[in-house]
Order: sequence, then C-alpha cells, then structure tokens
Amino acid sequence: MTVTLVFLAVMMALFGGWLFSHSINVRPWEAQGAGAPRSQLPPALTAPRVGLAVFLAVATSLFALTISAYLMRQEMGHDWRPLTVPGLLWWNSVCLVLGSVALQSAWQAARRDNAARLRRDLLLGGGFTIVFILGQALAWWQLQARGIYLAANPANAFFFLLTALHVLHLLGGLFAWSRSLFRLQRGATPREMLPSVELCALYWHFLLLVWGILFALLLTT
Amino acid sequence: MAEPGHHGVPHAQAGEFDNVELVHPKSFIGKYVWSQDAKVIAIQYGLTAIAIGLVALVLSILMRLQLGFPNTFALIDPSSYLQYVTMHGMIMVVYLLTALFLGAFGNYLIPLMCGARDMAFPYLNMLSYWFYLAAVLILVASFFVPGGATGAGWTLYPPQAISPGTPGIDGGILLMLASLGVFIAGFTMGGLNYVVTVLQARTRGMTLMRLPLTIWGIFMATVMALLAFPALLVAILMMLCDMLLGTSFFMPEMLNLGEQSTHAGGSPLLYQHLFWFFGHPEVYIVALPAFGIVSDILATHARKNIFGYRMMVWAIIIIGVLSFVVWAHHMFISGMNPYFGFLFATTTLIIAVPTAIKVYNWVLTLWRGNIRMTVPMLFAIGFIFTFVNGGLSGLFLGNVTVDVPLADTYFVVGHFHMVMAVAPVLVVFGAMYHWYPKITGRMLDDTLGKIHFWVTFLGTYAIFYPMHFMGFAGVPRRYYGYGETAYIPDSIQTLNAFMSVAAIIVALVQLVFFYNLVRSYFRGREAGPNPWQATTLEWQTEHTPPRHGNFGAELPVVYRWAYDYGVPGAKHDFIPQNMPPDEVEKVDPMSQEAAQGRLPT
Repeated sequence: MTVTLVFLAVMMALFGGWLFSHSINVRPWEAQGAGAPRSQLPPALTAPRVGLAVFLAVATSLFALTISAYLMRQEMGHDWRPLTVPGLLWWNSVCLVLGSVALQSAWQAARRDNAARLRRDLLLGGGFTIVFILGQALAWWQLQARGIYLAANPANAFFFLLTALHVLHLLGGLFAWSRSLFRLQRGATPREMLPSVELCALYWHFLLLVWGILFALLLTT
Repeated sequence: MAEPGHHGVPHAQAGEFDNVELVHPKSFIGKYVWSQDAKVIAIQYGLTAIAIGLVALVLSILMRLQLGFPNTFALIDPSSYLQYVTMHGMIMVVYLLTALFLGAFGNYLIPLMCGARDMAFPYLNMLSYWFYLAAVLILVASFFVPGGATGAGWTLYPPQAISPGTPGIDGGILLMLASLGVFIAGFTMGGLNYVVTVLQARTRGMTLMRLPLTIWGIFMATVMALLAFPALLVAILMMLCDMLLGTSFFMPEMLNLGEQSTHAGGSPLLYQHLFWFFGHPEVYIVALPAFGIVSDILATHARKNIFGYRMMVWAIIIIGVLSFVVWAHHMFISGMNPYFGFLFATTTLIIAVPTAIKVYNWVLTLWRGNIRMTVPMLFAIGFIFTFVNGGLSGLFLGNVTVDVPLADTYFVVGHFHMVMAVAPVLVVFGAMYHWYPKITGRMLDDTLGKIHFWVTFLGTYAIFYPMHFMGFAGVPRRYYGYGETAYIPDSIQTLNAFMSVAAIIVALVQLVFFYNLVRSYFRGREAGPNPWQATTLEWQTEHTPPRHGNFGAELPVVYRWAYDYGVPGAKHDFIPQNMPPDEVEKVDPMSQEAAQGRLPT
C-alpha cells in the first residue's frame, strides 16, 4: 500500500495547501463586498479541465492501487515467477509516444486555427493508438503461444490485468477522440474543436506516463 | 460550456463563473425521466435509494424474526439468513446511504447552496443516475437467479465468497460484483460533477470559507469516494478474474468439499487490504455529509452561528485524510504483525480528536441558543447522542487488545449500527424534514413527525443498545442459530425476542413517515419560500420549489457566511447570505430587546 499512500499523501498535501491558503487570515463571520470576480481559481482552470484533472486523479488512484496489489502479491505469495516481457512492447511504446506527440501537435494546430493540420494530426494520433492497442493484443497472443498463460502464475495474471486496464482507459479515450473526429467531419472549426482536442491530448499524455510507469514496473520486477 | 454571459436562460446576466448551458426540455419525459436538472436527478436518486433501502429493511426484519423466534418461520433457512445479512449490509451502506447523501442531497443542495444554475456537466449527471438505477436493478436481479443472492457477508471475503458451499455461488456473487462495478462507474460520473461544481460554479462572493458546512461535508466525502472506490473496483476485477479466468490473486490452494481447488498461492489478506482501503473511508463518506447537514440544521434551528466554523471545516478535512490510514483496524484478527496493529490503533484513536472537536462545537452551538424544538432539530440532537454513543464504543474496538475478544461478537454489530447506521439515518430524516418544504413547497406534519422521531430514536436504542451486552457475553454475530451453546444464557434469548419486537415497531413507524410524505405533498401547509428563516441560498430562490435554473434572471451575489443568526444590532434574527451589508435593517438602539442582546424571533 506504500505506493497508494504516497500518491494520496501528495494529493492531500496539494489539496490541504491550497485550502490553507484560502482559509488562513480569512474571517468568514465578517460580511463584506462580493470581492473581485474570479478571485478563486486562475482563469486557465476551466470546468472541463478541472473535470479532467479530477478524473485523472481517480484513474491514478486506480493504477496506484493495482500497482500496490502487484507489489503486495509478489511479497505475500511464494509462487511468483517473473515473466520475460515481450520485446514487442518496446515497439508498442514507440507508437504510444508518437500518438501522444501527434495529439500535442493537433492541439497546437487547433490553437493556430489550422484545420488541415488538425485533421491530419488527430488521425495520426488515433491511428498510432490503435496500432498500440493491436500491438498489445499481439503481445498477449505471443505470450499465449509461448505457453505463458494467464492463470499459470500471478506474474502473468498481473501482466494481463495491468495491460488490459491501460488499454481499457485508452479505448475510453478513443471514444472521446472519435467524437471529436466526427465533429470535425461535420464541419466544426478548429477553434470550436480546441476544448475537446486539448482534453484528448492531456489524457493521452497521462496515459503515456502511466504506461511508462507500468512498463518500467514490468521490466524491473 | 457557454460563452460568458450566455446562460441559455432568458435575460440571465453574466455570472462571475461561467455556468452551464441549460437544456430546457418541453416534454414530460424530458423533464422528469431523462432529466438533466440536478433537482430532478436528486429526487430520482432519493426515491430509488429509499425503494432499495426498504428492501434492506425488510431483510433486517426477516433476520430479527429468526433471531427473536428461532426456527418459527419456515421461509428462513440458514442459507437465506446469510443472504439477508449480506444484502442488508451492502444495500444499506452503498446503495442507500452513499446514494442518498451524495446522489440525492448532493445533487439537490450543491447547485442551490453554491448559487449555481445546475451541475457543471448535466449530461454526465443524468448518466450517473441511470448507471445507479442499472446497478440497483442488477442487484435486485441477483435475488431471482438460481441459488439466489450471495451470502458471503457484505465484505465478500474470498475464498469464501467464490467457493462452493456459499449461498449464491451460481450467479448471485457475479451479479453483486457486476452491480458494484456499474455503481462505481456511475458514482464517478456524479462525483466529478459534485467536485467541479463546488470548485467552479460558485456564485460571486461565495468564497470557500462562506460555504455552508453541508457543502463542505458532501464535497470532502465525494473527494474521498472518488479516491477510495477504485480500491473496491480493483478488488472486484481481481476477484472476477479468480472466479472466471482461474487466476489466483486472492484464492489460496484449498480443498473444496473434499475436492482439490485449481487455485494456488493467492492471498485472501490482499483482498482484505484492498477492501478495507475502500471500506473504512466509506464509513466517513457516509458520516461527513451527515456532519455537515447536522451543523446546518443545528445552527438554523438554534438561531445561532455555528461554533468554530473554520475548525469545523478543518475537522472535516482532517477526518477525511486520516480515514485513509486506519483501514487495517478492521483486520486486527487477521494475524497481522502486532506492531502493524499498534500503528493502526494509534491512527484510529487520533481520529477521535477532530471528531470530538465537532461534537463539542455542536454542543456549544446549542449553548444559549434560541432553540426551536422542530422535528429536524429533534433528529439533529438525536444524532449527537447516537453518534457519541457509537463513537465511544469505537474507542473500545480501536484498541487491538480489546478488539481481539470483541471482534465477531454482537458488540461490533451494536457499535457500527449506532455510529454508521442509526446516526446517519437520523440525519437523513432530519434533512428530509428540513428541506421537504423547499422541495415540495409544503410543510410536513409536525405531530406525525414527532411520533416518527420518538419511536425511531428510542426504538433503535432498544434494538442496538443490548447488543453491546450480548457482545460482552460473547454471543457471536452472523449466526443463524445458537442451539445449545453452553456459555450463552437463556436470558440472551429473551433479550433477542425483545430486540426483534422493537425492530418490528421501528420498521412499522416508518410507515407513518411515508404517510406523512405523501399526505403533506397534497394537503400539507403551504411552506412559503423560507419557513425556517434560514440564511443559505436555497431558501432565497424566486420560486418554491425552485425551477430549472434555480435562481431568477440574476444569480445571487453573496456577501456573508451562512451563519448570520442573531447578529447583534440587526433587526431580524437572521441575515440571508445574499443581503448586502447596507441593506441590513438595524434595530432601534433604544429598544429593549437590543439592550438584552436578544432579538425577537
């Protein structure tokens, strides 16, 4: 549980610090004017961005707990036989990095009102992600073919569980991505697309980071 | 998101915080079924939660019938008894209390009390309810599959939960896990809304330190739930893998009814860690909104500002944070390292400090207040008593050495029913009596309310207080029958019969409450916009009940905190949050009331 507790401690410290700055030297019982508008949160924090941030906190909690379970199960049982991670995962990782880069570029294109580049980069971003998912499926198939079955060992089971959870999150992202693409096809301007493209890009960066941590965990344990 | 100044409400002025574009449906179905209005969603959540809660209430009566009058009812056999125990616990904790406090009260009160037109993401909010309804229906379906609902206990500990011999192994456990998964997905959608709305959609002047404590309680509980429910989700997914795919996350090697299982090496203890990492914060997910609501009811009906507002806010935060580092006190008898147990006993007892601060502050709020013994006030005061009782027995169980002999006895049942069943339910009732006039525009009947309160309050003590003594006598919990157990005296059986009769009476008196709800809806006294003379924004709406969009053409502007009751020098004994300082009527300095420092109500 150490991993989860560290994550929670960081979350709570941030939250507590922010709250502290809003409650210290405040006398709530004194009636005053309504105060300057927008004094609460910086304008960059729009509701969709905060919504995404909260969702990312939930997803981080989910992954942190699964990693905690991974490390605890490794210690608790005496039947852990580490599996050799398929080399294909390196290629898949490259695809995911490229997908993230493409979506970052799409975000930039939307900001600069460049419709052609936005369409190209959105398609590239989604395309690389689909290749990544297919690659993960291929890696699963390779493991099965090598006789490394899900139920045979907890290390295998966790490998499948962690990668599946990550792919499920990507599929959720692809659902949002396909809706954006659909809107673009129906003639939405890059400016109108900006909020959803930026959320997609941020979500992809997050999932890339999660994948980096998961991959490092699988390689080292 | 709408552009600033464009609310979708005719003539709405630009809010200081961008608000949502409201969908105004024309048809009945759009308004009341597929509604995106947080208030309608709140009522949908509330009615669904109460309906499934009634199922759980009936299950508890069935259990009491068996315990009070053993082997009298052919309907109740040992398997079905275990199913009742399991489903009663799970429904009450997750599907009733969590859904009521966050889904129903959260949806109704957050936009209104923060001065927002609706939740930040209304569509997601609507989906949240339909996911919740689906989860409830899946859960109910588990009663009807072959083998019935699961009987693994509400904690669903493996290996028992998915091993042959446990009731509901055929389909019940699968539906239970599926239902929880759907519930968590739905809750995450709702929870995102509650958090973002509190952070983003507060009206101008509604600083964090001017929020009513109800909102603080619901907000912190939502944050905790968003971080804790993933632990349950991970545990469910891993258990499903063990069950369906043959993995051994939790399942050890064992003999099942004489046959060697296919699992090997799994750790049931790992499940317990994950479950209680969710399970303990869950206690406070239920308790924190109750704390908040009680604070507001006490201040309003005692006509006094809440004592130590900032301390109350920080106590909520600290309780929330600490509740994540106490989970292993549910596992003292799992064979853990004694030092580990000592650590968790310490953190557990530390939680008593912020909790005691809250209790003292509630009592000090009442001190020299102008107390009006309304029905919501009765329930709020009843809550303080019950919560203190349950909290004190928690001090026993928090200590490892005392917990070891008392765990798995009725002492634990008595403790948690006092602290997280009766206490929050009293708040639910108090809150319903308090906000019903806003929701329907009519008052609930006072006499019926008082009958409801006294029978419920005294009745629950008659049920749960004796359980502590049964626990000291060593009577084990979860048992269908005790047979000829030498150390259990006959008097325990008499006590059991008494508790069962009390339980039936308490269950029946809830009918009075439902009758009151229905009758008052049609025939109740007209409430007017602000029957309790309260300060918070929901009582200052243009219409009662508030229409879609909550406020009139302009969003309210907030100038003060939520607790300006009995302000010295003011003519009236309450000043609404949205009243500018220069509009507050001052009392004539020569008048006698002002000289006494007390104002007429």
